[in-house]
Amino acid sequence: MSKKPSAPAETGAAPAVTPSLPSPHAKAPANAALTAEQKIELYRKMVRIRRFEERCLPVYNAGKIGGFLHLYIGQEAVAVGACSLMGKDDHVITAYRDHGHAIAVGMDTKPLMAELYGKVTGCSKGKGGSMHYFAPDLNYWGGHGIVGGQIPLGTGLAYGVKYQGKKGAAMAFMGDGAVNQGAVHEAYNLAALWDLPVLFVIENNRYSMGTSQERSSAGELGKRAEAYDMKWYVCGGHDLYEVRATLDEALRRAREQHKPAVVEIDTYRYRGHSVADPDKTYRDRKEIEDYRNTKDPLQIFQNQLVFEKVLTDALIAEIDAAARAEADRAVEFAEASPFPTAEDIQKDVYWETDQAQRTSEGRIFFNNID
Amino acid sequence: MATLTYREAIRAALSEEIERDPNVVILGEEVAQFNGAYKVTEGMLEKYGPKRIVDTPISEAGFIGMGIGASMLGIRPVMELMFWSFYSVAFDQIVNNAANVRYMSGGQIACPIVIRGPANGGTNVGATHSHTPENILAHHPGLKVVVPSNAADAKALMKTAIRDNDPVMFLENTLLYGVPGEVPEGDVTLPFGRAAIAREGKDLTIVAYGRCVVHSLAAAEQMKTEKGLDIEVIDLRTIRPLDVNTVLKSVAKTHRVLIVEEQRPFCSVGSHLAAIIQEEAFDELDAPILRVGTIDAPAIYAPPVEKQFQLPNPERVVAGILKVMR
Ligand SMILES: Cc1ncc(C[n+]2csc(CCOP(=O)(O)OP(=O)(O)O)c2C)c(N)n1
Ligand SMILES: [Mg+2]
Repeated sequence: MSKKPSAPAETGAAPAVTPSLPSPHAKAPANAALTAEQKIELYRKMVRIRRFEERCLPVYNAGKIGGFLHLYIGQEAVAVGACSLMGKDDHVITAYRDHGHAIAVGMDTKPLMAELYGKVTGCSKGKGGSMHYFAPDLNYWGGHGIVGGQIPLGTGLAYGVKYQGKKGAAMAFMGDGAVNQGAVHEAYNLAALWDLPVLFVIENNRYSMGTSQERSSAGELGKRAEAYDMKWYVCGGHDLYEVRATLDEALRRAREQHKPAVVEIDTYRYRGHSVADPDKTYRDRKEIEDYRNTKDPLQIFQNQLVFEKVLTDALIAEIDAAARAEADRAVEFAEASPFPTAEDIQKDVYWETDQAQRTSEGRIFFNNID
Repeated sequence: MATLTYREAIRAALSEEIERDPNVVILGEEVAQFNGAYKVTEGMLEKYGPKRIVDTPISEAGFIGMGIGASMLGIRPVMELMFWSFYSVAFDQIVNNAANVRYMSGGQIACPIVIRGPANGGTNVGATHSHTPENILAHHPGLKVVVPSNAADAKALMKTAIRDNDPVMFLENTLLYGVPGEVPEGDVTLPFGRAAIAREGKDLTIVAYGRCVVHSLAAAEQMKTEKGLDIEVIDLRTIRPLDVNTVLKSVAKTHRVLIVEEQRPFCSVGSHLAAIIQEEAFDELDAPILRVGTIDAPAIYAPPVEKQFQLPNPERVVAGILKVMR
C-alpha cells in the first residue's frame, strides 16, 4: 500500500501549457450548441469527480475503504464528455474504474462514498464496493470487475434498445488492456454482424496495471475494428471538447443507422493502477508530471472557458470550494451511516426471494449451516 | 392430455411463451435455419420469424453475455447452448454477470434470462461433450437450476423459467428428447422447488433427478418383483431451489436413502443432499446414505463401457439398493 500521498492540488499546481487555445474542437456542432451554463456544468462535473476521488485517498489510508480503489484522476474529460451526450435511450457500462462515469451520469456522491465505506446507504447497499457502482435509473449499468467482461453486456444493452425499437445507443467503456480479452472480440463481431447501436470506447491510458500498451498489445488498438468492418475513431481525451465532438458523431451514427464503432481515446491516469500500486516500476515520474503539466483535462477546459469568458477566477474558486465541500459532506454521510446487517447478506441475491410473495416452493434457496 | 416427446414439450413451451410475450426471444447456435442441433426449435423460425428466433455465431461468451445485458433492459432471452458442456467458455458471463449483477447493484437490476440445452453423458461423445454442471451452477447464489426428467415437467418448468425474473439454468438431456409422455394441454406451469414423488414406497427413498429418475423407476420395479421391496422415488425437478422437505418427509417414512445422479461423486449434488439429510434427519436413518453416480473420471468414449460402468443405469441402481437394504 502506498504511504499517505502528499496530495498536491491537481489543478493549478503547475503553470499549465494548453496545447492550443482556443480548442480546435470548440466549433464542432456538439460544442457550439452548448450554453454557457452547460459548459460550466461540464467543468463542474470534472472538478467534482476529482475532488471526490482526492477525498477518497485519506479515507482509504485511514483504513476505512476496503479492497481496491482505482482512481480516475486524469481521465475525467472522457467520462464527462461521453456521458454529457446521453439521451434518454442511451446507456453506459464500464469496468471497475467507475467513479468518474457514475458522477458523470448524475449519481449523488453521498451514496457513492458510502458504498466505498461498505455502508448500507451506499449506492449498492454496501454490496458492490468501489468496482461495482450501478444506477439503472440513470441508464448506468456498472461498474464491472472482470476485465472485458462488461463488453458483451454493453452489446446486449444495444441489442435490447434495438429490439425494443428505440432510438438509442450503448457506450461500453473498457481499458487498453481489455481489448486483449476474447469476450471483447466476440462482442465486436456480434455488434458488427447484427448492426447493433453500440460504441466500444477504449480509454487508452497507456497501461494495464504495470504493463504498457507496447508490452501487451500488437498493433493499434482501435484498428482491430477493421477486422470486423467497423468504423473506428481515435481521439484525444484531454480536451473535453474533442471527446464530445468525436463521440457525438459516433453516437448519432449508432442511434440513426444502428452502426457500432470503436472509439479509442488517449488519456492518462496520474495515480497508480489502484491505490495499492506504489507506481515505481513501470513508468517515469517525469512522464506523469508532463501529463499533469501539459494535458490536464481540468486545466485545459478551464483555460478554454476562461478564454471564452465563460469562467472567471471567482467562479473557478467557487466551483472548487463547492466540490471540496461536497466531498466532505459525502464523507460525513458515509461516516454516519450504518453497515448492512448480517440479515442483509442474503437479500438481493434472487429477485424472487426479495418479494413478499414467492413463486417457487422448496425450503432451500440458501443453504444455511448454522 | 396429449402425448408429446420431451423435445416437443419444450418446443411447445417455447412457442407458447413466444406467443404470449413479445420480449421473449430465442438465440443460439443453429436454432433457426438448421432447426436446432437437437431439433428442439424445429419449425420455429418459419413460424415466428428471424426477430424471435436468432442464429448466433459460435461465441458463447459473446452471445450469452449479450443476452444477459439485454435481459437487464427487460428482454427475456432464452439462450440455447448446443451442449451445456460449452458453458465453460461463457462461465465468466454466467457466474460473474448473470449471478452477481443483482447482488452487486444492491437489488436494482433483474436478469430474467434462461440458458438451456442438454447436459448429459451416455452418447459416446467423450469428455468435452458430456459435462453435467448442475452442481457447479447451483453453487452460485443468484442462479436457479432446473433438471426436468419428463415431458410434462419439461414443458411446465420451461414456462416457469421464462416468466421467472432470475437467471434460470435449464438442463435437458439428449437421451430424453425422444421420450414421449403425457403432457397436460394449456397453460400449465410448475413452481420451482416442488419435488415430485415419482413412485410411492415405504422401504427405501431414492432421490434422483433428470434421466436418473428413469433409471431409478426401472430399478424400483425390478426390486418390487424380485424382492417385494416398495421403493419411493423422488424426482427433485429443480436443484436450486431445493425441495428438502419432501426428501425429509420420505426419509422419516423409509429410514433409508439412496441418491442417484449423473454426477461424479466428488462435490456433487448428492454430496450436498447427503449433508443436509444427515444434519436434519440423522435419527431417522437406519443405514448410511449411499450414492450411485458417475465413475469419477472424465467421460470415457468407449461406448459399452460408458453405458455399463461409468454412468448410472438400472443395474447399478439395483446394486445400490441392495447395499442400502443390507
Ligand atoms: C479477467 C481479469 N484478469 C485480470 C484482472 C486483474 N486486473 C484488474 S485491472 C487490470 C488491468 C486492466 O487495465 P486496462 O484494461 O488498461 O484498464 P485501466 O486499469 O487502465 O483502466 C488487471 C490485470 C481482472 N480484474 N480481470
Ligand atoms: Mg489502461
